[in-house]
Amino acid sequence: MSKPKNQCSKTHGAPKVKERDQKVCIRFKCTVLNTLMDVLRHRPGWVEVKDEGEWDFYWCDVSWLRENFDHTYMDEHVRISHFRNHYELTRKNYMVKNLKRFRKQLEREVGKLEAAKCDFFPKTFELPSDYHLFVEEFRKTPGITWIMKPVARSQGKGIFLFRKLKDIMDWRKDVGRSDDQKDDIPVENYVAQRYIENPYLIGGRKFDLRVYVLVMSYIPLRAWLYRDGFVRFSNTRFTLSSIDDHYVHLTNVAVQKTSPDYDPEKGCKWMIQRFRQYLTSKHGPEMVETLFRDMDNIFIKSLQSVQKVIISDKHCFELYGYDILIDQDLKPWLLEVNASPSLAASSQEDYQLKTCLLEDTLHIVDMEARLTGKEKRVGGFDLMWNDGPVSREEEGIDTAGTGNFVANTHLGCNNDRKKQLRQLFCSFHSQKKVTS
Amino acid sequence: MLQEEEDLSLTIAQIVQKLKGSRLYAQLERQAWVSLQKPEIKLETLKEDIKEFFRITGWEKKLHNAVYSELTVFPLPRHPAAPPEHLKEPLVYMRKAQGSWEKRILKSLNSMCTELSIPLARKRPVVEQKELLNKWNEMGTDEPDLSLFRPVYAPKDFLEVLINLRNPNYENGEHLNFKTHLGLIQVPLKVKYISELKEFFVELSLNTGQLGIDDATQVPPELFENEHVRLGQKVLAEQDSAAAQQYIRQGSPTALRAELWALILNVSNQPEDLLYYEQLKSNVIQHDLLVDSLIYKDVKLTASNDDYYFVFEDYLYQVLLCFSRDTAVLGHFAYNSASPPKSYIRGKLGMEDYAVFYPPNGVIPFHGFSMYVAPLCFLYHEPSKLYQIFREMYVRFFFRLHSISSHHSGIVSLCLLFETLLQTHLPQLFYHLREIGAQPLRISFKWMVRAFSGYLATDQLLLLWDRILGYNSLEILAVLRPRVA
Repeated sequence: MSKPKNQCSKTHGAPKVKERDQKVCIRFKCTVLNTLMDVLRHRPGWVEVKDEGEWDFYWCDVSWLRENFDHTYMDEHVRISHFRNHYELTRKNYMVKNLKRFRKQLEREVGKLEAAKCDFFPKTFELPSDYHLFVEEFRKTPGITWIMKPVARSQGKGIFLFRKLKDIMDWRKDVGRSDDQKDDIPVENYVAQRYIENPYLIGGRKFDLRVYVLVMSYIPLRAWLYRDGFVRFSNTRFTLSSIDDHYVHLTNVAVQKTSPDYDPEKGCKWMIQRFRQYLTSKHGPEMVETLFRDMDNIFIKSLQSVQKVIISDKHCFELYGYDILIDQDLKPWLLEVNASPSLAASSQEDYQLKTCLLEDTLHIVDMEARLTGKEKRVGGFDLMWNDGPVSREEEGIDTAGTGNFVANTHLGCNNDRKKQLRQLFCSFHSQKKVTS
Repeated sequence: MLQEEEDLSLTIAQIVQKLKGSRLYAQLERQAWVSLQKPEIKLETLKEDIKEFFRITGWEKKLHNAVYSELTVFPLPRHPAAPPEHLKEPLVYMRKAQGSWEKRILKSLNSMCTELSIPLARKRPVVEQKELLNKWNEMGTDEPDLSLFRPVYAPKDFLEVLINLRNPNYENGEHLNFKTHLGLIQVPLKVKYISELKEFFVELSLNTGQLGIDDATQVPPELFENEHVRLGQKVLAEQDSAAAQQYIRQGSPTALRAELWALILNVSNQPEDLLYYEQLKSNVIQHDLLVDSLIYKDVKLTASNDDYYFVFEDYLYQVLLCFSRDTAVLGHFAYNSASPPKSYIRGKLGMEDYAVFYPPNGVIPFHGFSMYVAPLCFLYHEPSKLYQIFREMYVRFFFRLHSISSHHSGIVSLCLLFETLLQTHLPQLFYHLREIGAQPLRISFKWMVRAFSGYLATDQLLLLWDRILGYNSLEILAVLRPRVA
């Protein structure tokens, strides 16, 4: 039972109805109307609740969270799909702050080498607060391209490239003079980031990677990495000569959809498996493994940098969409982390991927209490971090001593999730039969 | 016994003749002269010493590979009095059918040309040439108006021709008789039985390891994969074409595939090859052919709309436009039942002195042609190498998929093999499909003409093409289809 903290809040969570044959009835609420709704509706034993009803599971949007989380009491079993202050990781300016702080800490405590592993984020300055620091850096390296991004917007809105300070002087004037009457409207925060001028190109086109990471808790840190993901291509050939052409430089599907050459049949996406194979045939398996190891490093370090800041509530979990850019030296860079990655499907293949992703997410959230908690793999998710690195080898085999640690991540590898899930749940079923 | 020896010396003489004109011969000669400076070479044992020198420096291997390469397209032994047409195609009725099919295609092309009042070829003005040169690496961004162009033919048109093929020595009456085939193909060609196929494809048997199956996650890599990769690296180090061809029958590891294919096809990136490609490129810049528009249209219709190949659009133009200018391709018509179409300079129709092959390489692209190149873009990123690999693949294998011949890897035999296998091993399925009016060949014909490109996921497709190279035969396509069906 949940109790209202004050008169106008809602109650959530009522005892689950448990029947003799272990069927549970889980009430879910979901505001997103696409793939997720399909997945939730098809899940056996899950029932949708309408607006005012009580729920056990809520896939909310961030605005609801901001307004209501603090006034809501949730039963122990209730789950919600965001952490209260996820913006520490997902808003570009906070993420930069947290990462810088974490890097300094690592340098102090462990050493320069370890700290250097945090150098996956291009030099970033928050504006307008760090304007002077930014100008100093800008003057040090004249002629390079910078990218200006609004901290809180998505889908590529408001982003532009520049090379001269003059270009942002104009912007400052525009933004500052927007509304003279209300002085207390905050100037929208932006970050100025060094633009990666040598991205890896395939077929002359720039692309970025979308990877999914599921975090079940921050203290201790438990994170899962999904094997599938996709590569989003820009529709036009990459060139540094036209920095005003958004279609060349921004790879979000939302931006590409408005490009004149956009053909919805095309989809501009590759599955990460194809990408991994393409790279392997071009550069060989060792270089590709190094690249993917470096990406693992990005996920883990970024989560560790906000570990102490994020309010770790046992009701919360979060599915992040990481955007990674690869440069010509096969070094991955973190562009940003999304707390609400798009769940809309742009093609049949995309729909497949997102449906399976969400199903497996729900398996791990485990409202049905089927898992033991010792699993290293559930469907397409591999346990990447469990308060420490997770090894591919079986428990009991001492690999730490020999130094042959291979991480338990399989990004871009074969995803035979149906088989794995069958094995996983069948074994539980037989176990339960034995114990009951 | 004597006949075999005679045949062998004839073969040797022909290969030597062919290789004499090649670059390798000149290089070997130069190397032999250079070797004379070395102290190991003595006048008394000159021949043996030079041979030894070649062996040590790897030139002998190169010669091996060149000879092996020639042998793969070498014709089967035949009667010495047979005319050269027999080399192209021994059966007269097939030749006739191919001839009339070609006439139809050419007529279609000419009428399109007249309708649209576009010349078959024209020289580009200098301004246009400069523009094209600037845009060479991104021709995909061009949006020419191609609405009036249509592909010269599509696989289904070709299928209709094949269905109507008849052997005049048979009684081809209206009513069905004992000899009528149940499928669509009605010509009596010899195709392999399942037992012969099992023997032919012995490396694909269940108890031999295969990449694509035995490297799946559940199978520990020590069982097959690791050893196979090690073997592959060894084969590449030896640079032996024949060994590579044998090796690849069990599939190629992703990282080694590009080099293995280049070794089997005997393609190396010499400076002369780069120059040759540049020459073709300048031909494209200088002259505009009607065929170019057909190529553009095909790429936009097929490869650009494919989820995986759309990225490589630019490469496809760079390869296909040059391909249509390459007169070296004309060489393969010696063993192809097709003949290159001829075109006459305006006003001089019928006068052989004013005839040219059109397009210069003699190959008119059809709907889906660009899909032969698309999968190769996954392996080769340098345009001139990509070009050479594609050209070799075409003159060894792909041409058989769209010309009428009795060759065991020709499309007619493949169709018949497919239908026979399906009838023998899945008779109920075959019967059912016939009953509902969906002859299985109609469904799977287009898969075969494209060698499954665009119909299979890329990693599977590349494994399939590994086997085509390994067995030097397209029969695997016909065997795969019943499995897919």
